[in-house]
Amino acid sequence: MKRLDLHVLGPLIALVALFILGALLNPAFLAPANLSNVLARSAFIGLIAVGMTFVITQGGLDLSVGSMAAFLAGISIMSMNALVPGLGENWGTIILGMGVALLGGIAAGYVNGALITKARIEPFIVTLGTMGIFRSLVTWLADGGTLSLDSGLRAIYRPVYFGGIGWLTWPIITLAVIAVLGEWVMRHTRFGRHVEAIGSNDRVARYSAVDVQRVRLLTYVLLGALVGLATILYVPRLGSASGSTGVLWELEAIAAVIIGGTALKGGRGRVWGTVVGVLILSMIDNILNLTDLVSPYLNGAIQGVIIVLAVVLQREKRTAE
Amino acid sequence: MTAVLALSKVTKSFGPVEVLHGVDLSLNAGEVLALIGENGAGKSTIMKILGGYLAPTSGQVLLDGQPASFHTGPEAEAQGVVVIHQEFNLAPDLTVAANIFLGRELTRGLRLDHAAMRAATADLLARLDTSISPDTLIRELSVPDRQMVEIAKALSRNARVLIMDEPSAALTHREVDALYAQVERLRSEGVALMFCSHRLDEVSHLADRITVLRDGSVVRQAVRGELSEDGMATAMVGRELADIFPSKGSGGTEELLRVDGLSLTGGPVRDVSLVLRKGEVLGIAGLVGSGRTELAEGIVGLRPATGSVSVHGRPVRIRGPRDAAAAGIAYLTEDRKEAGLLLDKPLTPNLTLAALDRFGFRIDQKREAAEMARARKEFDIRAASDDMNAGALSGGNQQKLLLAKTMLTEPEIVIIDEPTRGIDIGTKQQIYAFIRSLAGQGKGVIVISSEMPEVLGLSDRILVMRQGRIAGSVEGNQMSEENIVRLAMGLEREEETA
Repeated sequence: MKRLDLHVLGPLIALVALFILGALLNPAFLAPANLSNVLARSAFIGLIAVGMTFVITQGGLDLSVGSMAAFLAGISIMSMNALVPGLGENWGTIILGMGVALLGGIAAGYVNGALITKARIEPFIVTLGTMGIFRSLVTWLADGGTLSLDSGLRAIYRPVYFGGIGWLTWPIITLAVIAVLGEWVMRHTRFGRHVEAIGSNDRVARYSAVDVQRVRLLTYVLLGALVGLATILYVPRLGSASGSTGVLWELEAIAAVIIGGTALKGGRGRVWGTVVGVLILSMIDNILNLTDLVSPYLNGAIQGVIIVLAVVLQREKRTAE
Repeated sequence: MTAVLALSKVTKSFGPVEVLHGVDLSLNAGEVLALIGENGAGKSTIMKILGGYLAPTSGQVLLDGQPASFHTGPEAEAQGVVVIHQEFNLAPDLTVAANIFLGRELTRGLRLDHAAMRAATADLLARLDTSISPDTLIRELSVPDRQMVEIAKALSRNARVLIMDEPSAALTHREVDALYAQVERLRSEGVALMFCSHRLDEVSHLADRITVLRDGSVVRQAVRGELSEDGMATAMVGRELADIFPSKGSGGTEELLRVDGLSLTGGPVRDVSLVLRKGEVLGIAGLVGSGRTELAEGIVGLRPATGSVSVHGRPVRIRGPRDAAAAGIAYLTEDRKEAGLLLDKPLTPNLTLAALDRFGFRIDQKREAAEMARARKEFDIRAASDDMNAGALSGGNQQKLLLAKTMLTEPEIVIIDEPTRGIDIGTKQQIYAFIRSLAGQGKGVIVISSEMPEVLGLSDRILVMRQGRIAGSVEGNQMSEENIVRLAMGLEREEETA
């Protein structure tokens, strides 16, 4: 019989506690519309954080995802607007715009991964660089202002964020599907096993005939694709992108991964933990907004405490011998 | 006479498992004690208790006859009890001098006194008869040189008690001599010394007293000259050991692997050619640093190399370990902790890592578990459970797990680098028998080893390397330690000079 591991259950217990706390502080917390809103807003960070889990587990890091999302939103909106005169205001145009976001994400992830694995530059340095580049590019494309989607397209595109099956909106469904798939890939496929092995000791992986650089590159491509998917869901929410879109998303995603029990030094990844981490972070935000006990301006401080606390609680016990 | 450091009826349990059962042990001033036993007999636990790294579950540690007051390694060192571990405790990016004085730097006012530390370090290193410069960074030193720095560091602490774990395992002949001279010097200065070693010749050479440990109990105490090396082995294992090497096979038949003109790009190996036949164990001997490991890593694509490799007469292009695996060539690294096993992962993912493609796109975890059960039986891997981390296994069991992992890829050609480093004699015997059975199944095996009896006892034919080249080969009745040493040192073979 396996012992229940407190390290593994910790984030889940924290989430349940927060849920109960929220319900006690304000009954409006439990309203389906509120919960649906919390979950839907978690979806962007959640999708990115699932990809980030793979990158961190193999021992890497990606600081560029927030800027990347803004950049992808920008080029997706610009290409849709450019296609309207030729194709008209219809789903075809939107699907092409979605394709731009997804392929753009894959390409951006490939650039990050190739610089890291082929040019052998530290992930921190590479993605610090591309973070600045993507952010600057979207600001330049928007000429310092806002890129807005054609209003006709906006009306058609809107349901992708706001619609769904009852309270289960598309972003929630997408996050759920991706989270289940991500956990499955991490736990049950060769790719997931290789990702964990590389993060645990890349030299052992190389000596075991694992194609270390290819697996590393693939994690960045996967993350890029998920940033693209998050962008597809984000664009219909506001119908615009600017230089301030997606600011600090990278840190929220990394925080969610860490709270969920993935080790920052790599080697052990928990996709479901990451999703729990995302929910913890957005639930704190929501509870603070619904009560006047603590100023919502302190949201960042509380999240900071949670992150540090999570790592302290999950620290491996020093075992004898 | 009161012992300087002693254990009195010490037991130690990890969870429900008692690993030491009432051990009595004493270290006297001016005397060398050897602690010998198989892996898992409890030697490292005893060393950790003596060095303050572990507390006994019951019983006492006595320093000068009084219960010892140290509870950590550094506290023990402050009282003159110094342990040199097998895994080095050196900061790779600091200089030799900075490492030796780490934590107790000499200062003049607020400023570090670099000159004094450098001079003191140079003095210590000169005493050890090495040519290491105090200003070299540790990362630039070879493993034996790092060992010498560890010893110098211990000497600088004015140790009253010095405990060494396998002190000569990584040293060359000349350095071993320097080490022995230091042991003699420290003994005559009245230091109490204890060491663990798997090299029984070293034990009979150095030890004034011998304590034999088996399964956590002291089974034999002897003074110098009382126990032969055979006697020690028998006491350790608890049964008579017949010849530990299996009888040799009929040698090779058809050609399996051919390497032509292999040179490492920018590396130490130059223009090496060799042939390995089916059913043959080919030994590769040579001094530390002669390029044996580098050659093996070049063959399997872990290092960039030029030259050609063919398997079954067909040329194969090997650019990385994946190509080597596809060609049926497997390499078992000498560095099982850093390149062989994921120490922080359970046994099963370690076992299947190199052969995961055989378990389907969705990894068949039932089949993995079945393979694990089979490997435990076939290779006699002794572990409390499959969920324990590979790092918690004893060295011998780690090596057997590494063997099982490599064999799961079903290679035709197996290159084994230092098959029994740091492993007890009983496990050695199992591994030797296994290597011979591989050859018996028609596979080709290359064994790289620094242990002369091992190369001689296992191989059908031996290549000797010197300075990155093949210096010569010996087979049949020419296979003797002397011929190998002459080739390794750059001398002609005896019968050719005579």
